[in-house]
Amino acid sequence: MTELLEIRDLTVQFESDAGEIEAVDHINLTIRRGEVVGLVGESGSGKSVTSFAILRLIRRPGRVKSGTISFNGVDLASLSEEDMRQVRGAKIAMISQSPRTALNPVIPVGRQISRLFQLHAGLSAEKAEKRMLEMLALVRIPDPEKRARQYAHQLSGGMCQRVMIAMALATSPQLLLADEPTTGLDVSIAARILDLLRELGARTGAAILFITHDMGVVAEICDRVVVMHAGQVVESAPVRTLFNHPAHPYTRALVRSIPRIDRDVTMEPIPGSVPSLLSPPPGCRYVERCDWASERCRLSRPPLTEVAPDHLVACYGYEERRGAC
Amino acid sequence: MALVEVRDLQMHFPLGGVSSLLSRLRGQPEPVVRAVESVSFDVASGETLALVGESGCGKSTVARCLLRLLDPTAGSIRYDGTEIASLDSDAFVPFRRDIQMVFQDPTASLNPRLSARRMVEEALMLHTRLTGAERRDRVDELLEEVDLGRGLGDRYPHELSGGQRQRVNIARAIATNPRFVVLDEPTSALDVSLRSRAILLLEKLRNRLGLSYLFISHDLATVRYLAGRVAVMYLGTIVEVAATRELFARPLHPYTRALLASVPVPDPDAVRDPFTLAGEIPSPISNIVGCRLRGRCPLAQAVCAEPVPLREITPGRFVACHLA
Amino acid sequence: MSILPIETPAAPISEPPSLVWRRIRRNPLSFTALCVIIAIAFMALFAPLVAPYSPDATDAGSALQSVSWQHWLGTDLYGRDQLSRIIYAARVDLSVAFAATAAAVAVGALLGAVVGYRGGWVDNVAMRAVDAVMAFPAFVLAMGITAAMGNSTGNVAIAISITQIPAYLRLIRGEMLRVREMEYADAARTVGNPAWRIVLVHLLPNCLPPLIVQATLAMGFALLTMASLSFIGLGIQPPQSEWGVMTAEGASHIVTGEWWLFLFPGLAIMITVLAFNLVGDGLRDFLDPRMRGIR
Repeated sequence: MTELLEIRDLTVQFESDAGEIEAVDHINLTIRRGEVVGLVGESGSGKSVTSFAILRLIRRPGRVKSGTISFNGVDLASLSEEDMRQVRGAKIAMISQSPRTALNPVIPVGRQISRLFQLHAGLSAEKAEKRMLEMLALVRIPDPEKRARQYAHQLSGGMCQRVMIAMALATSPQLLLADEPTTGLDVSIAARILDLLRELGARTGAAILFITHDMGVVAEICDRVVVMHAGQVVESAPVRTLFNHPAHPYTRALVRSIPRIDRDVTMEPIPGSVPSLLSPPPGCRYVERCDWASERCRLSRPPLTEVAPDHLVACYGYEERRGAC
Repeated sequence: MALVEVRDLQMHFPLGGVSSLLSRLRGQPEPVVRAVESVSFDVASGETLALVGESGCGKSTVARCLLRLLDPTAGSIRYDGTEIASLDSDAFVPFRRDIQMVFQDPTASLNPRLSARRMVEEALMLHTRLTGAERRDRVDELLEEVDLGRGLGDRYPHELSGGQRQRVNIARAIATNPRFVVLDEPTSALDVSLRSRAILLLEKLRNRLGLSYLFISHDLATVRYLAGRVAVMYLGTIVEVAATRELFARPLHPYTRALLASVPVPDPDAVRDPFTLAGEIPSPISNIVGCRLRGRCPLAQAVCAEPVPLREITPGRFVACHLA
Repeated sequence: MSILPIETPAAPISEPPSLVWRRIRRNPLSFTALCVIIAIAFMALFAPLVAPYSPDATDAGSALQSVSWQHWLGTDLYGRDQLSRIIYAARVDLSVAFAATAAAVAVGALLGAVVGYRGGWVDNVAMRAVDAVMAFPAFVLAMGITAAMGNSTGNVAIAISITQIPAYLRLIRGEMLRVREMEYADAARTVGNPAWRIVLVHLLPNCLPPLIVQATLAMGFALLTMASLSFIGLGIQPPQSEWGVMTAEGASHIVTGEWWLFLFPGLAIMITVLAFNLVGDGLRDFLDPRMRGIR
């Protein structure tokens, strides 16, 4: 059976006055039906660019230089703009970081949702209104009739995010791209949004690509994790494997660098800093920060290899040391 | 005597506008935003007290009152024995040498038109009598102290990464050898992987320079690492104070418990405490009598309608809850 | 949310001169306009070297001659070479426009900074005063001031200046309202800066980009005002060489067919004003920090 989403060899470039920025470098990524995949990395690692590439929203000065993105077996690049628009919002939906700015400030929030039902499902105004109220109840907004008539600025951050989720799920998409949806929300609100997403994902069967830089969130909600560094995918593993047996040096360093609330730790910051994406080195981009770096790492990009069932790593150093690990 | 003693600090913002006018016409008291309502705490010399809470709890307002960016509506702030809450801005200037602040947003808190070096030097220009050459040397020292290589001093903020900008902020704050530094969410705007570096730097500086910190944050994991004592704020008041380890191991106030329960832990097998609060944080305009958590707390009883003071139930452990 | 990966990397992209040059060339129209202005300024500065004749040299024999090899732009009623007159007039026009604009910027920006930073009743009073002045059409106001003060070059500069001050005051005040809420303003306070230093050293320099754009555009308008004033007989008087005066003189010769007398001074005004507008537009794009780094 074909996977829900398959990204093969994707490269995205941006042109700037200073040169070309290689935001995403030949990445491979797979999402299966109904699974929650976490996409983890620092700022500038290419996670957001990847999600925009999936929706075919990369515009000048950026462009997709190579690679294919297949959704349900169909190469998205082969679709016309008209067909792509049917996919966007209906089959693949997105929620992002600042929900209040993503909502239209001059239209009541309820109408923004019911319009989707009228557009994509062809429902009448009354039926759309009814479905809209059901959606608001689904995302646990109290007093939905009152809230539906309000404007974005009258809702709290957490509630705006719930409205965004309602909008995204209105068309029963198969894939939900969630780009840091809880960053910037208060901890207790974020926790409830996470619960909501997990529950709705399970209930609707939608797969979720959860983009974040917070490892705690990843452990909480994801089934599988993909780690990106400077535009390259360095590791992909089921969540338990990633936390208990991280393979790639970057993943290990990431896990060691975060403070924790449940126990005392000595935090070790990741050495060095993210390399410039302008004319980057041809090989692995972690090479300047890595203890295991060799000349081979500098010259050629290590391919993603399966080192254990469903556990992929892109590291020469790990392959060499695997016996000993 | 503690280095900083805050007693019954209060900060109310008048709402202004039509509602204010209407209330005055009706002879009612004006509606105010009760950002900070009777907050008291001490920071001993060399200690790091964390002030935690979610948005709207008033922690940033407390910081701004301490730095006299705001004039508190009531209450007392004593620094090293001297009352500073009611000083006018000129009288407060000498204290700005001793009391400093690291701001939250490293980009917004740096003047885009000044180089890193100039910004750090400014504090020296205003508070010391060093000559130009002496200042330059001191700036070099400071930049090295915060792990910013010398070459970076001449760069402008837009030429520095987020982590580097925050370090310029820190260098500026310690330039005059302060004794008390307020850290207003110093890592919130940084990537999770950069936070550790900033926190480790703050720890190193604290140990080397003998600084006292008021560490304001909503990131409980970094609080656990850096702070010796924690005060939890909710809707303008302090609801619990305890030593760090105590607070995390045995939270007594329901709000603290709910807060700790909602922080995601980087361990897929961790079992989460299902304790949650209902509803959302009420508006700080509302004047709630009694426990401010009453409408949301699953353990609420009739007695919670009575005003609840912050009581010391064991030495150093304070809770504002009738049921503790 | 921007799609661009704008998170700064470890080795940041600073702006070497070559990059700046490339950005300037990105807008060829504005760049050409800039070259035109520089050329005109040059011409004005080195007028004695550039102009073929003295602007006041009369030559009754060659009066009212059309375009020819000896007189590229023709001669006027008194046999004066138009080209030389236009070149020397550039001096007057550019210097008055510049002086008026510079004075208006200085006064307006300073007042706006103070008013914007203080707020409160000072702000209210100042804004009502600005409203009152701006209620007059700028040209009518300039006319009134020049008529009241008398016709001289200096008074024209003052009059134009006064009509422009309110615009800068309002602009800087608006910017100041924005900028004083920024965290670096707070940071400047916590470090111990007195209010005047916060305004002058920290806040005002960050209000400059829109000011520079506005001033450049306003130069063109100042020039136009000046020329219009002298066209209707106020301000600078003949026989002084000034583009507006020359256009007025030329206007009276339209019916008699000496087209070169009003066309060339008029063109000079038009080209210069247009050039200032284009440079102002280009400057706006150039100074916009978001446009940095994007082709």
